[in-house]
Amino acid sequence: MRPEWKDFVGGKWENEVNVRDFIQRNYHLYEGDDSFLAAPTQNTKDLWAQVLDLQKQEREAGGVLDMDTKVISTITSHGPGYLDKSKETIVGFQTDKPFKRSLQPYGGIRMAEKACSDNGYEVDPEISEFFSTHRKTHNAGCFDAYNQEMRACRSSHIITGLPDAYGRGRIIGDYRRVALYGIDYLIEDKQAQKDSTGRVMTDDVIRLREELSEQMVALKLMKEMAASYGCDISKPATNVQEAIQATYFGYLCAVKEQNGAAMSLGRTSTFLDCYAERDLANGTFTEEQIQEFVDHFIMKLRLIKFARTPEYNQIFAGDPVWVTESLGGVGVDGRPLVSKMSFRYLHTLTNLGPSPEPNLTVLWSTRLPENWKKYCAKMSIQTSSIQYENDDLMRVTHGDDYGIACCVSSMVIGKEMQFFGARANLAKCLLYALNGGVDEVTKKQVGPKYRPVEGDVLDYDDVYAKFMDMMEWQADVYVNTLNIIHYMHDKYCYERAEMALHDRDVKRYFATGVAGLSIVADSLSAIKYAKVEPIRDEDGVIVDFKTTGDFPKYGNDDDRVDLIAQEIVHKFMTAIRRHHTYRNGVPTTSILTITSNVTYGKATGNTPDGRKKGQPFAPGANPMHGRDTHGAVASLSSVSKLPFKDAQDGISNTFTIIPGALGKEDQVFAGDIELDLNK
Amino acid sequence: MQGRIHSLESFGTVDGPGVRFVVFVQGCPMRCAYCHNPDTWEMNGGTLMEPEYIIEQYERNVSFYKGGGITVTGGEPLMQVDFLIDLFTLAKKKGIHTCIDSSGIAYKPNGNPEWLAKLDKLMTLTDLVMLDIKHIDPEKHKELTSQPNEGILAFAAYLNEKNVDMWIRHVIVPGLTDDDEYLYKLGYFIGQFKNLKALDALPYHTMGENKYQKLGIEYKLKGVPAMEKKLLLEKKEVILEGIRKRRAEQQ
Repeated sequence: MRPEWKDFVGGKWENEVNVRDFIQRNYHLYEGDDSFLAAPTQNTKDLWAQVLDLQKQEREAGGVLDMDTKVISTITSHGPGYLDKSKETIVGFQTDKPFKRSLQPYGGIRMAEKACSDNGYEVDPEISEFFSTHRKTHNAGCFDAYNQEMRACRSSHIITGLPDAYGRGRIIGDYRRVALYGIDYLIEDKQAQKDSTGRVMTDDVIRLREELSEQMVALKLMKEMAASYGCDISKPATNVQEAIQATYFGYLCAVKEQNGAAMSLGRTSTFLDCYAERDLANGTFTEEQIQEFVDHFIMKLRLIKFARTPEYNQIFAGDPVWVTESLGGVGVDGRPLVSKMSFRYLHTLTNLGPSPEPNLTVLWSTRLPENWKKYCAKMSIQTSSIQYENDDLMRVTHGDDYGIACCVSSMVIGKEMQFFGARANLAKCLLYALNGGVDEVTKKQVGPKYRPVEGDVLDYDDVYAKFMDMMEWQADVYVNTLNIIHYMHDKYCYERAEMALHDRDVKRYFATGVAGLSIVADSLSAIKYAKVEPIRDEDGVIVDFKTTGDFPKYGNDDDRVDLIAQEIVHKFMTAIRRHHTYRNGVPTTSILTITSNVTYGKATGNTPDGRKKGQPFAPGANPMHGRDTHGAVASLSSVSKLPFKDAQDGISNTFTIIPGALGKEDQVFAGDIELDLNK
Repeated sequence: MQGRIHSLESFGTVDGPGVRFVVFVQGCPMRCAYCHNPDTWEMNGGTLMEPEYIIEQYERNVSFYKGGGITVTGGEPLMQVDFLIDLFTLAKKKGIHTCIDSSGIAYKPNGNPEWLAKLDKLMTLTDLVMLDIKHIDPEKHKELTSQPNEGILAFAAYLNEKNVDMWIRHVIVPGLTDDDEYLYKLGYFIGQFKNLKALDALPYHTMGENKYQKLGIEYKLKGVPAMEKKLLLEKKEVILEGIRKRRAEQQ
């Protein structure tokens, strides 16, 4: 066994890249409570005070403190940057100083220019010239290949938020590999992979060989970048500080080269705990020191920043990076994957204060240790900063070493990746079905010229059949548009750093998504159970509706409408599955527009459910605002009827509740008279 | 027998242990000045529902109610004893935890024997009664609720005798029910019961006020401020003192 691995339990992981095997053989399940956790050190407090000050300056400067306009960001483009070198135990920034946003033009030069100009900066004209005439970008590639119909769909917003002008994101490198194996071994492994490709040079083999070469370059650069900070990551990490540092460097390389829509971290905590336990046992570090490393690591993750346009921030409601880290969950052998490190990660919310980033996501299972559940609940109450996802549901598909990209997209770390696919506007699709493909806002013929609905009252069977036909068309344009996008992204903006930390043959999910599900369900319900009269304008286009009578609304645990929602998801997925997908991606869909529902609403006309033109959609799979009148459980029940097998990329339900409605404060009501009396 | 129901709430977290399915019955003889559900007063309103329907609604979402159960509140549940017997018989067959949130107003120790026999039966099907004592003093009680409190206090003793778990709820309204002397007396009174399992001191809030406007009923507590948490905790401590005193005496 290699000396760096001393005291670890050996296994398959020693002879192949297999982080899961290492974790399973070496992690220590922790079932205790949070009493072992350490307070922040003085250095941590000082560094955080510095960050808060910089944050204040950034706010005062209008949201951006500094932007790079001259140096194109690559893994090694920038020299080392620090907050305070003498106090940082985990180092590394995207550029040469904190709060300075990097220049990433490969997704599209215009987006990069606009991100700068909207914030009062100007990209070096030489760079603009270079990326306009000499080096093509992903964005330019897409528009070279788009056909008329795709462009029309894009500008009418029946397909929305396409990643054709920015990085697609949603790919999680297995950053733990850098710590466990060191770069040299990973390069050897990649070389062996390259040597193992087929000898017949088909397009696929040529592309794979080129990509593997790119990945090896990325790995070499990672080593160089680390060296600029005085760290050697060529060999395996020897202690928990080095392991955290190496993992972070892996992630840092990804965000230096990709300004993706979501740049998630993976599932690192229990992996790193193997090192922490070894160090505690050997007396290498104390609990306080280990917490300090974690605090500094999380602090760095909070400072990941990208150059973005105000429009982008509008779509995503803010400036999110989606540094999602998945915590906990249960192994396939039934042992919960909760370690002391899972606690330490959440404890940063106490030591550094609440924060939306990194997006700490607890993989929830009924079988998690009671103390961990209690601690999660406590931290949720105190900080409102924790996301929860259903591990019992996802483990069936992904096993026990998957992570969440963005908010809900699950993938096995290092073995699966996703082609992010934005979403199809189903509400608009329904209106196209009524109007024979004519856009209700622009009055242009965008969709196919099918026969529009006729008569003074909408007939459910007629509308449903027309909607299904229109959805088939929508799925067709949508998938083919995405095929172009991902082809071009691979070609001009390839994620070499992230893919270097994947297996050779990855499973690629071809993600799609839908927006406006609850609008469509309620609209169809209105047409079925009430009387809906279309109102046509002078051109004969249906622009409004008169609805008489009541109808069941999605969000009330009423099967009459919930099953309509369920069926639409299934039909949409079936339509998607009919198509060829780039690189044989496995099609999935999501129902999760948790931020862009406002933007989509603006582009969509009146709908038969009573929603007015411009009004926001409900977020994700939510019922429309105010229509779920039977309490929380009934509302959640409606959402839970949506089939995961047809929406495997995730279903989200945004749920807000006043604390008082979740139960009483323990001071006010103990629930046990003895507790009260003995206080 | 059908129940006269005001509404059903699928996610109740403050009306008994755990997450609960809450049945609000229609109809109440009390006219508590601070009632936040005046829309449940009218005896003839509401919707008629079969007990089977309610159990079916509960079972649809049974996975949410682990550690919880069904709570019947209102309105005054004990005005519909026949319905409750049918509902809870079904519930107990399925092992569901049953709870009644009551003012106790329907109970008269020397009342109709037939009704009392039904109550006896209902109590064998009931896991918990949350008894809302509005005021310990008979006169004040009448002023506050338009009804006497003798039967209510006797109901507490009855529950103790029947060995049904009891939580005492008491709404603390600034200037109306926050007098330390009475709070202590309340504690001293309930301290004698061994079936007392919890004390739920409820802070008065003004969220019910707009319902009165809608219903065109005069709101008697106009201008009374909501109860502050800090003060509530102090007042609750007074009740606890009373309980401690009584328990010490009984030992």
